[in-house]
Amino acid sequence: MTALALKSYIAVASTRFRTLLQYRTAAIAGIVTQVFWGLMKLMVFGAFYEVTQDQPPMSFEAVVVYVWLGQCLFALFPYNVDPDMRAMFNSGSVAYDLLRPLSLYGFWFSRTVAFRTAPTALRVVPGLFFTFVVLRLVGLDEWVMPPPSSVVAALAFLLSIVFTIALSTSILMLVNISLFWLIDSRGMVNLTAGVVWVLGGMIIPLPLFPDWAQPFLRWQPFRGLCDIPFRIYSGDISGIHVIGELAFQFVWIVLLFLAGIWLMRKAQMKLTVQGG
Amino acid sequence: MGQRHTVAYNLCPLNMDSKHVPQIHVQDLTKSYRIAERQPGMLGAVKSLFHRTYRDIEALRGVSFDISRGEMVGYIGPNGAGKSTTIKILSGILVPSGGRCEVNGVVPWKSRISYVSQIGVVFGQRTQLWWDLPVIESFELLREIYKIPADKYETSLGELSELLDLRPLFDIPVRQLSLGQRVKCDISSALLHEPSILFLDEPTIGLDAVTKASVRSFIQEVNRNREVTVLLTTHDLGDIEALCRRVIVINDGICLSDSSIDELRNQYVHEKHVVIDFGSAPCLETIHRNVVLESDGTRITFLCTSDISDFVSQMTSRYEITDITIETPPIERVVTELYQSNSK
Repeated sequence: MTALALKSYIAVASTRFRTLLQYRTAAIAGIVTQVFWGLMKLMVFGAFYEVTQDQPPMSFEAVVVYVWLGQCLFALFPYNVDPDMRAMFNSGSVAYDLLRPLSLYGFWFSRTVAFRTAPTALRVVPGLFFTFVVLRLVGLDEWVMPPPSSVVAALAFLLSIVFTIALSTSILMLVNISLFWLIDSRGMVNLTAGVVWVLGGMIIPLPLFPDWAQPFLRWQPFRGLCDIPFRIYSGDISGIHVIGELAFQFVWIVLLFLAGIWLMRKAQMKLTVQGG
Repeated sequence: MGQRHTVAYNLCPLNMDSKHVPQIHVQDLTKSYRIAERQPGMLGAVKSLFHRTYRDIEALRGVSFDISRGEMVGYIGPNGAGKSTTIKILSGILVPSGGRCEVNGVVPWKSRISYVSQIGVVFGQRTQLWWDLPVIESFELLREIYKIPADKYETSLGELSELLDLRPLFDIPVRQLSLGQRVKCDISSALLHEPSILFLDEPTIGLDAVTKASVRSFIQEVNRNREVTVLLTTHDLGDIEALCRRVIVINDGICLSDSSIDELRNQYVHEKHVVIDFGSAPCLETIHRNVVLESDGTRITFLCTSDISDFVSQMTSRYEITDITIETPPIERVVTELYQSNSK
């Protein structure tokens, strides 16, 4: 793909991004809910950590990071589909996107990246302000978000979040494309959201799951959404493991991307041959 | 049907002389859709869980026509005739079940991405602009998507916005435009990248008379100045009369006629209205009295289904006449008759 072609996709993403930045009220409502939810989770985890007899698999500080990053970056995860996309399927105007000189996968991928990142951009600043500053000011030191464990960890975290965006978008693209075969998107979206929350680690941090579940949790793609970047930040994953985990994210991105392109080809065939 | 054009093409089948090779070549195009069928009632619903039955719908059953560069062709037919299916195949977003179709020397659906930059498409029923964006931002995005060079874009945009007076609309989000404003922006957006062909699917649907007129004159202007080939589907025959020399009529997936409007009129309607002003109230013979449509003092309208010149000479030789007007029936009548004769 030439740089010129790439420019078109970037323009699509940036236009959608700017449009989505208009939804400020939704962002404020969202972040208030996220913060409230985060406080509740910390109370529950705090209670467990106080009474436990065993050595927990991750420090309470790492749990605080896990919870707060999860709440601040909530909108980054593939738990819903772009209402525009859904409307397009309902009205049957999907075919008209084929009138543009773009690959349909690339066109939608760009829009989906914007759909995930724009709401996050609106929420992340007030979210971090609350967790870094407000909690300290009110004296809840135990729940204050700690800084990254090191400079290297901070940089690795940023790269890992970029991978999270790509991974989240690749997963969401599979959901988008599945809508070609479904009459109503709600079932598929609810199913995906459930899987993402549990297997991503948003309900309970993955290291806190029972030992028998660990081998499975270790290799599934949703771990690349939250578990990896959050633990890189807190230093729970460190040293040479960081590279391995980044590679793990990358491999899943490539696999899901290829799966999406393959599925899109089938969908496009169905659309153009059978007429939708 | 399209005889003249098909023959011209066959005379030089492999000669790439651009004067003779049509820009749009469609031959025996067929398209069938497969739709799932369900018997009514609870039993039918349960049955369809286990065994799905399908039915094939034939939207096109062998459509052929050729269109040369710069032509403006009307494509009409009743609802469900296959007009939109044809347009979708020509724009590369549907693959036909059979037949041939080449536009600008390429098969639309086979090289879709490079092909669609050469065409502009407008569906009057839906907008292709971004609903939440101001008009100008939609245009800017299209500039990026079609990779239009900056200078070319400025000229193109300047020309289009002048013709349609779009500048005051630039900062308004598309969802706040009136239908007329939206259609104007839609048509302009389809022309920004200077395509050589414009497909218009019911562009004037729902527009008021004034807007309709300005859209029509705009299309005419674009066709003339940019030498854009236009294929236009519509239910408003006023569009056809104002714009197209040639009209293709389709019903039930087949071409019924491909000719000029006048030919269409003559071919399908063998009746004319003859309005005669008599010097004094005439005493008509029975044979003439039977064909009177309307009588208003000394002005009588006759319905003539036989040879018109015969009828006129009969009248002039037998009665004292001051004026004769021969009226052709409105094109709507012609088309209605054509649609109905086909469905019988």
